[in-house]
Amino acid sequence: MNPCGDFRTSYAADMTIFPTRNSRLALFAGLLVLCCAPLVFGRYELSLLIQIGFLGIAALGLNILVGFTGQISIGHAAFFGFGAFSSAGFAGMGVPVALAIPLAGLVTAVVGLFFGLPAARLKGLYLAIATLAAQFILEDFFARARWFSGGVAGRVTENFTLFGFRFDREETYFYVVLAWVIIMFVMAANLMRSRDGRALIAVRDHYLSAEVMGINLAYYRTLSFGIASFYAGIGGALYAHYILFVSVEAFNILFSIQFLAMVIIGGLGSVMGSLMGAAFMVLMPEMVQSAAQALQGGAIDRALNLGNSLNFLREMAIGAAIILFLIFEPDGLARRWRLIKAYWKLYPYSH
Amino acid sequence: MEWGLLLQLLVNGLIVGALYGVVAMSFVLIYKASQVVNFAQGEFLLVGAWACWWLITYLQLPFWLAFPMCLAFMTLFGIMLQVVVLRPLIGEPVISVIMATVGLSIFFQALMKWMFGVFAQPFPPIFTTDRVSLLGLEVQSVYLLSLGLSACIMLGFWWFFTYSKHGLAMRATAFDQQVAQSLGVSVPRVFAMSWAISAVVSAVAGVVVGVVSGVSSGLSFYGIKVFPAVILGGLDSIVGAMLGGIIVGVMENMAQYVDSQWLNWGNMINIAPFYALVLILLIKPYGLFGTKNIERV
Repeated sequence: MNPCGDFRTSYAADMTIFPTRNSRLALFAGLLVLCCAPLVFGRYELSLLIQIGFLGIAALGLNILVGFTGQISIGHAAFFGFGAFSSAGFAGMGVPVALAIPLAGLVTAVVGLFFGLPAARLKGLYLAIATLAAQFILEDFFARARWFSGGVAGRVTENFTLFGFRFDREETYFYVVLAWVIIMFVMAANLMRSRDGRALIAVRDHYLSAEVMGINLAYYRTLSFGIASFYAGIGGALYAHYILFVSVEAFNILFSIQFLAMVIIGGLGSVMGSLMGAAFMVLMPEMVQSAAQALQGGAIDRALNLGNSLNFLREMAIGAAIILFLIFEPDGLARRWRLIKAYWKLYPYSH
Repeated sequence: MEWGLLLQLLVNGLIVGALYGVVAMSFVLIYKASQVVNFAQGEFLLVGAWACWWLITYLQLPFWLAFPMCLAFMTLFGIMLQVVVLRPLIGEPVISVIMATVGLSIFFQALMKWMFGVFAQPFPPIFTTDRVSLLGLEVQSVYLLSLGLSACIMLGFWWFFTYSKHGLAMRATAFDQQVAQSLGVSVPRVFAMSWAISAVVSAVAGVVVGVVSGVSSGLSFYGIKVFPAVILGGLDSIVGAMLGGIIVGVMENMAQYVDSQWLNWGNMINIAPFYALVLILLIKPYGLFGTKNIERV
């Protein structure tokens, strides 16, 4: 996507995240604007942003697995839930919440490595089916292990506190999520520039060639599962300390599919795309809802019974979005965004 | 040990297993012909059962008329799905195709909930006698019918793939698409046909389950239970799918028995197949009858 005349003379220039000074400035300006968000937005908009944040972190983990390594997982919500429960568990044992979140990420990573062991041998659809089994087994475990998850009743947890300050409102918790989003996304962007990241991409592009070049397939496939689970665990922990109540029902297979949808809609193999996909998945149900509300009382509403079936409409919209994106825009929103940028870069002389 | 309960569960397992086998066969049919892993197989059962239920309760049609009409609808439904959704994805990576069928699955599940509600709806009674006694065991007559139907479908599949022209064309396509094409087989038509047959056969299973325990969104879980069955049998073996289905059906009922007698964990009937699935994948990923995929560079 680089315009002509863009010569790079060193590896450092080729690997850089910000190709120009302006792109770096734009990012910092964007972050600054985001930091002011609590001053402008109400609680509803902030809660949407917080959701985009922790879902985006988990979606990024799945994107590392699906988009960068070419493995597929239909059990991501189970790992998200594992992170939520273990963070709540650590907090319950007296560990400060600020420490419980990364600890939960690590524990989830270990569990993910364990369930990723089949991934060392399996690929493609066999792996998809194995992770489907992991989803059901973990879900069953959550419902049964009362010491861990509180069983069917769920588990209550506490607010995020740091140096005696409680982040118990949307306006303050927003900054916690924002900090984690920045940390995790910078980590992922840098991971992809490292030796390990390139190995993951090589495994995705052609695993036989990668193996011939000396890349340890089993190691990198399992590692990728561990990283994905780490991200899912962090996202889940942030979710737990935002909602303050964790319950088994939330982490069903539909939620796993939503994560996959985020990754596909955002763009497979794009770090920022994960965030865009999460934003799409958070905002789309809201749009479905407001569309249904706009039609309220009209003839269409009476004929189709829209008001009482919002949940189903949302699920249908998710399914339809997955299929339509796969058919019409397989590279997702990230590619759309690049096209828009390229258009404006040369505006008004596009040739 | 309660021998009566054990025997009853064994018979239940065989009957449910035969149904799993039928659904698994229609899953394998799609996989063999078009290399698509269909995560929306359970929705075929769901849509078929709801369609038949709607024809009987709303249009007040007799069963013998509603059932063939439902199957005709499912034929169209299967072909339409293949043409509209799966055909544009030919040549895309496996992940995209899997995701498309996952999308189809949640779309139709939600659509059915929207159209017919979330509660299980009973079929109007079709048989005059509810239960028959067989060798001292109480068996629902619908179950007997389903066992007979499953056997008929399996025989039908065997005949179709061994003797009929279209079945042979389908096997040729599964073996090598390009060679089949050069011999005059219309590959798009074979794909569409495999989806149509699969949808019809699954709908038969869906109607049977619906008659026994009412139509509800729980039917789509059959589509997920199919995975242990097909992995056990081997993804591309029709015989394996049938056997795998029966084994999984018996196994989950045995797990239920062990659970109720000694463990008291609950929910084993739903989870045991997935533990088995992980084990099989670790030990013998190509199943009992699957062809081992050897990759050459």
